[in-house]
Amino acid sequence: MIALLIRDLRLAVRAGGGFGLGLVFYLILVALVAFGVGPQTERLAGIAPGILWVGALLACLLSLDRIFALDREDGSLDLLATAPLPLEGVVAVKALAHWLTTGLPLVGAAPVLGVLLSLPAAGQGWLMLSLLLGTPALSVIGAFGAALTVGLKRGGLLLSLLVLPLYVPVLIFGAEVARRGAEGMVLQAPLLLLAGITCGTVALLPFAAAAVLRVNLR
Amino acid sequence: MASIWEYANPKKFIDTADRLLPVVAVLAAVALAVGLVWGFFFTPEDYRQGATVKIIYLHVPAALMAINAWLMMLVASLIWLVRRHHVSALAARAAAPVGAVMTVIALVTGAIWGQPMWGTWWAWDPRLTSFLILFLFYLGYIALWSAIEDDDTAADLTAILCMVGSVFAVLSRYAVNFWNQGLHQGASLSLDKEENVADVFYHPLLVSIAGFVLLFLALVLLRTQTEIRARRMRALLRRERMT
Repeated sequence: MIALLIRDLRLAVRAGGGFGLGLVFYLILVALVAFGVGPQTERLAGIAPGILWVGALLACLLSLDRIFALDREDGSLDLLATAPLPLEGVVAVKALAHWLTTGLPLVGAAPVLGVLLSLPAAGQGWLMLSLLLGTPALSVIGAFGAALTVGLKRGGLLLSLLVLPLYVPVLIFGAEVARRGAEGMVLQAPLLLLAGITCGTVALLPFAAAAVLRVNLR
Repeated sequence: MASIWEYANPKKFIDTADRLLPVVAVLAAVALAVGLVWGFFFTPEDYRQGATVKIIYLHVPAALMAINAWLMMLVASLIWLVRRHHVSALAARAAAPVGAVMTVIALVTGAIWGQPMWGTWWAWDPRLTSFLILFLFYLGYIALWSAIEDDDTAADLTAILCMVGSVFAVLSRYAVNFWNQGLHQGASLSLDKEENVADVFYHPLLVSIAGFVLLFLALVLLRTQTEIRARRMRALLRRERMT
């Protein structure tokens, strides 16, 4: 499992620049929002938590089809499926690798971009925490979507259609935590719910994703 | 003693559906006509909402069927996964577009109703938002079905998507509930008599709902038949090409 994780991380860093792509996309998106909405500090601060969350979600989406598609093309996915490691474990490791290369950098970048959108200082920590809690769920849900569309030739658009509705609960609770944090309100409930969703998806979705992969590799 | 699983035989299903369809279709037409005409022309206007209340005879049944269609797809998908009856998978496939249209009807009539009542076509209210998400689920489900060429693979994948989607649909429902408290009124119908709308509206509404259920049944029967026949045709064509 660890070998697979290291392999995936190495591939992500060395091949194709997929590693930094999500971050750059995140930066561009925030800049575009500032251009589109206008530079008024107050208005930007109001929408900053939501925008940062939507941006993180879209940046995550961008790299989803890499999770399985490349391995499928060069045949290593078939090898992984017949390896002694259960397929559920493969999915979990691959989702973890995706999170480490996409989700975690986003968490790190969020405060910088939060400053750009003039997010109040009090909200920075909560924003990071909410992303830290929420992005693993995004990666696991995305791995399920990627497993669904792995056999398709032009699965990219379909992948986003399938995955985005599934992202809704994570987005709502994550953005709610960030928003309440920025406004200094009580945020225990959304925080716990967000953590609950992440735990639930991490626990259950690898099984669904592995089942789907088996069908696709049949 | 005939078992219900006999109808999993496509031939038997088509024969039964052929016999049932005219009956169900006529019943649906009658119930819809009675319910809608009764509702639109022979009920008093609501003392607060005026004539606009009459859209309820389209809005509520459509919304009800939008959810029930997904439920039926979920059950059919589970049957397919457990017992591998092709008719079940095809019934789920046949129900999806019908459910999607029901969702659209509910959303559109809701917007038309909302404009005079709330002064807005759309509000980010829990019920409205979760219906929009349900609509997205339908679209994804239909798109996945049509994107995969192999029938059994498609059936398996969509069945699992349907299950995961159901969990997330419920989750989204509570998420949007939490997110925003909205304008939408409470339930108009429930087994609890206290909550129901007044009797004058209630009876035509029930007839109209029965009409929608029968209509859904008729459409699903018809579309499942079509799916079975289309699949047979594809199989025949494939065989012809091979020889």
